Amino acid sequence: MAHLVCEVVYRGIFQKNLASRITRGIVLSARKAGRWGIAFGRYGDSPQRNGVPAKDFAIVADTKEELEQHMARYEPKELHVTICVDDTLCKGVESWAWYGLQPINRLILPNGHLLVTSTQSAAELLRDTHKKDTPYHLWILPGKASLAGLWVYREDHTEVRVLGALAKIAPQFLSLEAVSEAIREAEWGSDLKVGSARKAYERIEARPVKITEGNPETPYSFELPRWWEMREGVSIPALPIGKPIEGTKGYRPERSQVFKKFSSRTMRPVVDFDTCVKCTLCWLQCPDSCFDVMPDGLYDANMESCCGCGICEAVCPVHDCITMVNEAAFEDNASQWEMWRRDKDAYRVWLGTKIKEKVHVARSHGFRYRGQYEEEMARGEFELGGAPLSDGIPGENAGQKGAKVGEAHSTLSVSIVTGVAEAPGA
Amino acid sequence: MAVATKAASGPTVLEEKEMLISGSEAVAEALTLADIDVVTAYPIRPYDTVMQAIAKKIANGKLIAEYIVAEGEHSQFEIVKHASAVGARVFCGSSGVGWAYAMECLVVTPALRIPMIALVGNRALDDPGAFGVEHNDALFVRDLGWLLVWIDTSQEALDTTLIAYRVAEDRRVFLPIAISADGAFLTHSQALTRVPPREWVDKFLPPYSRGDLQLHPDNPITVAPQVNEDWVIEIRRQNNAATERAYTVIEEAYADFRRVFGRGPENPWFEEYMTEDAEVILMGMGTLSLPVKVAIRKMRGEGKKVGLIRLRWFRPFPYQQLARAFRKVKAIGVIDRDYSFGSPFGSGVVATEVRAALYNAEHRPPLIGFICGLGGREVTLEDVYKATDICFAAAKAGRAEQATCWLGVRE
Repeated sequence: MAHLVCEVVYRGIFQKNLASRITRGIVLSARKAGRWGIAFGRYGDSPQRNGVPAKDFAIVADTKEELEQHMARYEPKELHVTICVDDTLCKGVESWAWYGLQPINRLILPNGHLLVTSTQSAAELLRDTHKKDTPYHLWILPGKASLAGLWVYREDHTEVRVLGALAKIAPQFLSLEAVSEAIREAEWGSDLKVGSARKAYERIEARPVKITEGNPETPYSFELPRWWEMREGVSIPALPIGKPIEGTKGYRPERSQVFKKFSSRTMRPVVDFDTCVKCTLCWLQCPDSCFDVMPDGLYDANMESCCGCGICEAVCPVHDCITMVNEAAFEDNASQWEMWRRDKDAYRVWLGTKIKEKVHVARSHGFRYRGQYEEEMARGEFELGGAPLSDGIPGENAGQKGAKVGEAHSTLSVSIVTGVAEAPGA
Repeated sequence: MAVATKAASGPTVLEEKEMLISGSEAVAEALTLADIDVVTAYPIRPYDTVMQAIAKKIANGKLIAEYIVAEGEHSQFEIVKHASAVGARVFCGSSGVGWAYAMECLVVTPALRIPMIALVGNRALDDPGAFGVEHNDALFVRDLGWLLVWIDTSQEALDTTLIAYRVAEDRRVFLPIAISADGAFLTHSQALTRVPPREWVDKFLPPYSRGDLQLHPDNPITVAPQVNEDWVIEIRRQNNAATERAYTVIEEAYADFRRVFGRGPENPWFEEYMTEDAEVILMGMGTLSLPVKVAIRKMRGEGKKVGLIRLRWFRPFPYQQLARAFRKVKAIGVIDRDYSFGSPFGSGVVATEVRAALYNAEHRPPLIGFICGLGGREVTLEDVYKATDICFAAAKAGRAEQATCWLGVRE
């Protein structure tokens, strides 16, 4: 009697099909050895919302009865392998109000496994990943977050590479041969994809994680109210009106304490306060009211409530004043304005590092210009998730800004202005 | 001149005024006395008699209220739902498939705890297109938190409308109430009705106060957000608690009604007619009580101990009170003016509910369901005699040969 429970933690819309392909692949591979299995999504999740953390599960077992025993739950309470297909999710997962921030490794059994697709090192990932009271293994599959969403499937071999890695992690359930056979069947006999799975199998290694390692922060959590404690009439109180920040100056809106939403974020805005003209556009257009008005009239994006949609960057009329930077480049949610006020020179250095380093301004999802996909496929860089770290900026100012940040695509950015490229955030 | 005369005659003596009005007009009188704020309308027989009666009240300056003619029943019920949420006393209504068209709004009203009062002029559901009474329309919402009451006379229409506001707007309840009036028999016939003075009504019916649930800039709340499975069952549980509390609130309201108006039934839940020594009790809702009572008087003359229970409140269902009322009876005949195809024994809705209510009772007499008077067909004295005979036969045998009988069908 044996069984294997895996979850795939992914970004809503952007990786919906990727997650389902992985969980299906697990079941179909295990079936090769006569096992039974089921692949399903957490129904309570909202995988139709951009970037919202969501989960798919795969359970395989020796017998139907054993499978049922583990299926009888709405979702597994503990599991053997967590597969994280976007490394910014290592900061924690919050898919609904009152869920609290759930550490990425929360459900992993003692000595279980966390598999992450990432270009970061183990040390970097463990700065984000919360501490766990039992040891586990961290496996890093080189590559950035793959896009496999509602409308497009970026054929970057991520799903087969994950399956190859799983053959190494749980060989008693998924032999490399079974995985290869399942891939060949699902992919019309593609030996290229089987090759990617084999390469992942050969190269990946476990990094044991001790209970002393990881982000020491205690994630916020809530106790759900009992039925008689809840307001009646399906009503919830509005947030109170906000307050000035210093004396009568500035304004900080009240924000939901039970739904911070920042775990939806894959990129965050960094602000050059020296060039801001206080035009109010970012503050006005932010769909989450995440900008605080500071006492000097500047706008500071509050990182507890920013979802990273990028609208502020798109509407900002000043060159390089607001730049979206990959979430992996940050360790905390501290105020940028406070940092700037404390030491303007140090802030300038920090800002330069964040917006100039290519790794930081890499977009985690979406194509920025027509033909990008074909270019990336031609290069065949499957080890990096098939996609070079590309720049490019969504929104109407993209042509103007793209010329500075990503010179390689300066000609292509024209096509963005003329509307050939896809909508922001696709 | 008039003022001088009034002053000379001393303080006005408050008393009820007798009027010859239909059930629909009686409801409009009650709405005027209750001083409603917002009413929405969309015509469909037989409910439209009420909207006409209210329009006349407003046109004649007797009632000041917003009268909104919606473009369909769906909007009609949505508009009053929102008006009630901001604190307005509201009224609306419909019939048959019009009520069905409003279904989406009817579903959300109890969950949002909106004390809406609606008049359902009971009407057969299309197809076939028909105007006559059947109770299936109002019964659509029986599982959803709507309180449902059936009325029998113009007087009861007026009184029950006032009581309905009192019950629905009680903070312990805050649920919508549908008052069901049989199409034609009640909505279109005029009877002598006592209309109380406004001062008495003010003593009985306090102003509607929505408290912390009121949508208002001074009380900023969000109503009806999207939730996941972490919340739904708790919300249903709250709804259930409110429905349970309605038992007490309804009894309080009727007691207070008797205190203020000096009339009204002791038992809010159902009317009992010659049941004291009855061996067979017939049961039904609405205006079929009239032929049943006449038939009972005739049969009593022949020595048959038969009585009637006319059910007023279907939700909340008075299952304990009914079990007590049936504790000595030898057979029960439930006359349904509705159908429930594929139900246990093929009975109508009321018969099925009564069977369920008695399942755990100590005394479980034989129960026969009768389906009769559908589509507004007359429930004849002969139908009632026949039903009674079947019940006496079951009483004698100690069991029901046939659990359900259709009466008045061409065979």
